Amino acid sequence: MSGTRGSRRNWLGIAWVMVLLILGGCSDNPPPVVPDSVPSPPAEEFSEAAPPPPPPIAPRVSPPVVPEDEFASRSLEELNRDSPLDPAYFSLDSSRLDASAQRVVEANAEVLRRYPNWIVTIEGHCDERGTPEYNLALGERRALATRQYLVELGLDPTRVRTVSYGKEFPFDPGHDDRAWAENRRAHFVITDR
Amino acid sequence: MTKISRRVFVTAFTGVVVAAVVMTAFGSVSLQQDEVSLIIGDSIGAQPSFAVPDCLALTRDTATTDAATVIAEVLWNDLDFEGEFRLIPRDVYGTIPSARSIIDLPFDRWQELGADGVVSCTVAAVGDGQIEVSARLFSVRSLESAFGVVYTGSNRNLRAYAHQLADEIHRTQRGLQGVARTRLAFVSDRDSQTVLGLVENRPVKEIYLADYDGANVGRVTANRGLNTNPAWSSDGRSIAYTSWLSGFPDVSISHIFEGRLSNPMSGNSREQNFLPAFSPDGRMIAFNSSRDANNDIYVANVDGSGLRRLTNNPAIDTSPTWSPNSQQIAFTSDRTGTPQIYVIGVDGTGLRRLTYETYCDRPTWSPPPFNEIAYSSRTGPGHDIKVLDLATNEIRQLTFGLGTNESPAYSPNGRHVAFMSTRGSGLKQIYTIRRDGNGLRRITSSGNNEMPSWSR
Repeated sequence: MSGTRGSRRNWLGIAWVMVLLILGGCSDNPPPVVPDSVPSPPAEEFSEAAPPPPPPIAPRVSPPVVPEDEFASRSLEELNRDSPLDPAYFSLDSSRLDASAQRVVEANAEVLRRYPNWIVTIEGHCDERGTPEYNLALGERRALATRQYLVELGLDPTRVRTVSYGKEFPFDPGHDDRAWAENRRAHFVITDR
Repeated sequence: MTKISRRVFVTAFTGVVVAAVVMTAFGSVSLQQDEVSLIIGDSIGAQPSFAVPDCLALTRDTATTDAATVIAEVLWNDLDFEGEFRLIPRDVYGTIPSARSIIDLPFDRWQELGADGVVSCTVAAVGDGQIEVSARLFSVRSLESAFGVVYTGSNRNLRAYAHQLADEIHRTQRGLQGVARTRLAFVSDRDSQTVLGLVENRPVKEIYLADYDGANVGRVTANRGLNTNPAWSSDGRSIAYTSWLSGFPDVSISHIFEGRLSNPMSGNSREQNFLPAFSPDGRMIAFNSSRDANNDIYVANVDGSGLRRLTNNPAIDTSPTWSPNSQQIAFTSDRTGTPQIYVIGVDGTGLRRLTYETYCDRPTWSPPPFNEIAYSSRTGPGHDIKVLDLATNEIRQLTFGLGTNESPAYSPNGRHVAFMSTRGSGLKQIYTIRRDGNGLRRITSSGNNEMPSWSR
């Protein structure tokens, strides 16, 4: 697992070097407009084995400033592959956030406060035992309950979208208690920033 | 009895996939003459035995010789499907020569096999991609022709000739509206693509169409995302479904003959809509939405105007299905703690609970003349298909614990139910079963296939 991730980072490093070479190569032409979203510095950071120390608490100023840390330079795909936001899990046929699910949402709220420009979509998911039709509503209920708690914790509601996938996209394809528990979740996806 | 000389012309069989839309056309059919047909079988109601030998190919090209076998095979299946006849297996009479006319028909050999009726047909190439199929149903007992028809048309969809012939035989022999020319819409991941998005390895699910027997598969959607819950309009010209194309579920409608898509409920990230169901009168769509912060049933005109909230309960209300007269809607609600089936008038009155079981969902109201609701009921680790007779309140079970069995859909004549089952391989496949629980058939085999909807 970690080997795969390491080699993926190496490849990304190479990709970034190529991006820089391409951008550099264009400099003979009229001054290139480098988009704000191009992160810097890129290459070295991805080859580091250990992540940098935790970022400081986000400043309470507007417009929001993106903290200078590992997440700033990652693509949305990268961020979601190794997400700092954990899923909240539910019990069977329930959309109630129990104590441990609440703790997860509270921790996610902290992360979202630290990155005030992140927009998240909360996906509601169900295990395979219910019918696909009812599970669409149940998944929506899970997503809405999670969103509601985030809003109660003070998060700007416009930053939190919801979507239900019912039982269509299980995270664990198994057919046992462990797989089912894994699949009853509110899954946080960073969809914009 | 009158000899039959009815002639039916069939034109333009196509099954062409155009971008996101499947076009199918079963062309104009003109009846040139009517007739009184001889009914085969005795008066006490026993199933007459039918044989369907290969057609006789009158021209020797491959298209014609293929047609001679395909048409007979498909017809045999179509006639077997309704359960009105006892079909003698085709390999039993492989050695009996095909007949060109009643004079050539070896009646003694068919009598020996116990056949009451024999469908005898000829196929001939008659020009550019055209064939002529001539079919007759003979009564072995009275040595007479009970029914006859001549079709001419394209040689591209040979199965369509058998399907039309089967529907005509069911109509003339049994007074029955057959379903051989109907189609199933369903959800499949058979093309093994993955969704384009921020989370990896999610299977694409698209809406597909197939003949009622699973042949002639075509795609309705090709948006490389999640698309579920297809529902036919009663005129067979549109399919509504839930699509996540915009990142949230919304009701999409493919107008399949116009090559056009619409999203009449105009969903957005805060007003999401799913599980559409057309009213049988074709005027309205019922669906589920949380636009008022809770899952409830809504109804609107098919163009999205006249939106109205039908249920208003803090619980989940979902899975709407219309009564045949478009005046009532059955739906699933978990207002008592578990999902159960309820019925309510389209005017919001007359709410009534119908089921008292562990977990029930996806009610599907039958078309007339039956007045029953099929649904999926948790019976153990999985679900089974059950049917509630609304006149007697009796419940009968159609499946019995093999895998899980979900999402029932009635055939337009009400005599069959299509559903998804994981029996066998564990993959989701679509099956059909007669409403009496007999005649199970598997319709799909490639990938996972689920959520069938049967065209009217």
